[in-house]
Amino acid sequence: MNGTLNPRFTFETFVVGPANRLAVSAARMASENPGAAYNPLFIYSASGLGKTHLITAVGARARALSPELRVEYLTLEEFVDAYHAAVAAGQGEAFRGRFADVDVILIDDVQFLAQRLETQAELLRLVTQFLEQEHQVVLASDRPPRDIEALDERLISQFAGGLVVDIGPPEFESRLAILRRKAEERGVDFQQAVLAAVAEFEARNVRELLGLLNRLIAFQAVNEGALTVEGARTLLGLETMLRAEEGEGVRVAGAEEPAVAAAKPVDEFADFLDSVGTALARQVEAWRKRLQETAEYWEGRGYRTARLTALLSADTPAGAEGVVRAYEADVERLQALEAEMTSLDPGRAGDPVFRDPERLAEAEAMVGGARGGSGPLPGPAASYTFALYLETDSNRMALTAARAAAAQPGTQYNPLVVTGLNGVGKTHLLHAIGNALAERPDAAVACLSAQRFLDDYVEALDRGRLDAWRARYRRATAFLLDDVQLLALKPGSQEELFHLFNVLFEAERQLVFTASGAPGTIEGLDERLVTRLQGGLVVDLPPADRDVRSAVARRELEARLGTQEEDIVAYLAERPDASLHTLVETVQRVAQEVEGAGDPLDLALVRRVVEGETGTPVRPRRSRGSGVVLSPLAGVRSPEKVIWRWPHVGERLIEDFR
Amino acid sequence: MSLVNFTTREITCKIVYYGPGRSGKTTNLQYIYGRVPDDRRGRMVSLATQTDRTLFFDFLPIELGSISGFATRFQLYTVPGQVYYNATRKLVLQGADGVVFVADSQVRQLDENVESLQNLQANLLEQGIDVRTIPVVLQYNKQDLPSDLILAPEELDDQLNFRMVPALGASAVSGKGVFETLRAISERVLRRLSEEQPA
Repeated sequence: MNGTLNPRFTFETFVVGPANRLAVSAARMASENPGAAYNPLFIYSASGLGKTHLITAVGARARALSPELRVEYLTLEEFVDAYHAAVAAGQGEAFRGRFADVDVILIDDVQFLAQRLETQAELLRLVTQFLEQEHQVVLASDRPPRDIEALDERLISQFAGGLVVDIGPPEFESRLAILRRKAEERGVDFQQAVLAAVAEFEARNVRELLGLLNRLIAFQAVNEGALTVEGARTLLGLETMLRAEEGEGVRVAGAEEPAVAAAKPVDEFADFLDSVGTALARQVEAWRKRLQETAEYWEGRGYRTARLTALLSADTPAGAEGVVRAYEADVERLQALEAEMTSLDPGRAGDPVFRDPERLAEAEAMVGGARGGSGPLPGPAASYTFALYLETDSNRMALTAARAAAAQPGTQYNPLVVTGLNGVGKTHLLHAIGNALAERPDAAVACLSAQRFLDDYVEALDRGRLDAWRARYRRATAFLLDDVQLLALKPGSQEELFHLFNVLFEAERQLVFTASGAPGTIEGLDERLVTRLQGGLVVDLPPADRDVRSAVARRELEARLGTQEEDIVAYLAERPDASLHTLVETVQRVAQEVEGAGDPLDLALVRRVVEGETGTPVRPRRSRGSGVVLSPLAGVRSPEKVIWRWPHVGERLIEDFR
Repeated sequence: MSLVNFTTREITCKIVYYGPGRSGKTTNLQYIYGRVPDDRRGRMVSLATQTDRTLFFDFLPIELGSISGFATRFQLYTVPGQVYYNATRKLVLQGADGVVFVADSQVRQLDENVESLQNLQANLLEQGIDVRTIPVVLQYNKQDLPSDLILAPEELDDQLNFRMVPALGASAVSGKGVFETLRAISERVLRRLSEEQPA
């Protein structure tokens, strides 16, 4: 960056003509009232028409009028370099601070903003800051803002908010004036007619014009006597011819001129060498251009491009195509990794490692670690399937809905809420849906009890891994939650469930819930959750009637004891308060009794098992739910008691549990 | 084909002048030899019979100097045109980066041209090279002969240039079209640089 301005570039040395009068007036105005008039001032023109001269003149005059003003001139490249250096050094803020006390900033070659999104954002911030402080911004570019590729609309509008003005190529009079002034500066005298003849040549820009003048001066120096108009014209004719050649030469930029070409300009071999040189240089230049473009493209997207720029600074980009391909492949991989990281652990997705293809291995390791940390989703219990679910008249509707949800996940019934009393088979149905869904390709089915959901959530809070915990569930293709009523009066878990619900529902992932009653009847369940649960299909599983109980009893007896004795089946099925759960447990205990004590199986034994000891159902009613995975603390309502390991306090935790 | 060596910054192009006997391949090389400055050319190796027919092959190395940072070298070869030297032709064709097919424009030589072109195709194929992928330029030589003895370039195009490669009329004896041909083949060879550079 450059605090000193080129002393040759002042308004006094700038030749004003119709093509640039407006730009010069605006620039003068801006230099005399920095920050007040035309802010920002955006000057654009083709190359060699005086942009740099003019914006430098603004700085010079502003400083001349008020010496205390701090004026800074820099090209966009310098701006970008400094910014990147600052960011790399972790001093992004310091970079911003360095412009805090600059009164007039002059930025040249703004066209290089094309495709550089990060730089654009930083420049936008800088310009905004300057405008707010009423400090002057002057920019120069070779094209108008609208034509700068992929330029942020906000920058465009900000530039348009000041003054955007162009400089055209000089017309004859201006060219003549420029020639006169320059000839005078160089201390060379030409006949006026000679300069007029040169001015007639329609130079595309001032640099070309000065090039012609230099030739005349050189000619004059080696030839005695003043140059005539005729002589100048001859020279010009030659110039025109040469220009066509130079046009070719531009593409050969950087190529070494073969020595022979200079020595024997007209022979066939030299011509041949020229054309081979051009063809070869074109190839080399093509790679260089491709490298440059690729580097700019990715740099604009915030990726480090050291590998490409290192190659660019070499004389000849060796194997450029391969390097570019490898680089782009690496970036693509980084993007995939970053996307995965976003889903695994959003907090770490912005890590700089994802922006540096040289650190791909680190990025892989980081994502790998996050993958391992998030663990698999809790899946459905394999023993609960549709095949084992006894279909009866009473449960047919729920079963049909469950099958439909499994067949067309996310679209048919979403969410599906199965309600019913304890032991009616809700859990079985839930897991059966889960198992069916898990068979789909790429399925990631989360099937768990609300209690486990709660426990996991608390643990994630405890370990400060909430992001990973969320991400883990959010990548589920189906989410099935048993006994949602257990989340009543647990605002934190409900909020998590609410967000999870929204994310999955948006993505058309299947959601299934079971509840002890209709969602609206569950006390302590947030209204926003209730309405969402009600938004899908709520089906009730009625208590098992005698037929179902008979069927279950018969199946269990057969499975465990190899018998289907009708009197035992009838006895078990007729017990009025027996849920299917207690029924199954009873058969289990009978089987233990038979195996343990060796007693023969008969009705009396069954009666003794069921009524003998307490006369109450065998299984203690310890749970309000029927989930397969139950925490020992299930059913405890107080949130304090749910947390058996008190987390080390962070402010956030207190906030969540307030 | 190791056309470009990025490590040593060298480009070596092997260009083979192919065509029927007496079509002017050696004349092409001789003309070029005469125009290349002494310090740029190697010794032209020519193994000819007493009647000036190429027995083995001609070889002309040319140093083009440093171009775009590459030390560039051209190696020009001719093959013996006579039918019975096919083994030599195969040998010379090995590793060629480009082929100039020098056709004899005389009407009575048309069959020889066609035969030689077919021979080129067969010999390339034998080396696993598809004639459609290797740079080839046609030169219709002896266009300076009386017009009733020769075919015009358009007529020769119809007979020989069904692949629509660049074709140039020439008179190798006077040098007309010689460098144009060399330039055409060079450009096509160099154009393949970007396709063949190592990954």
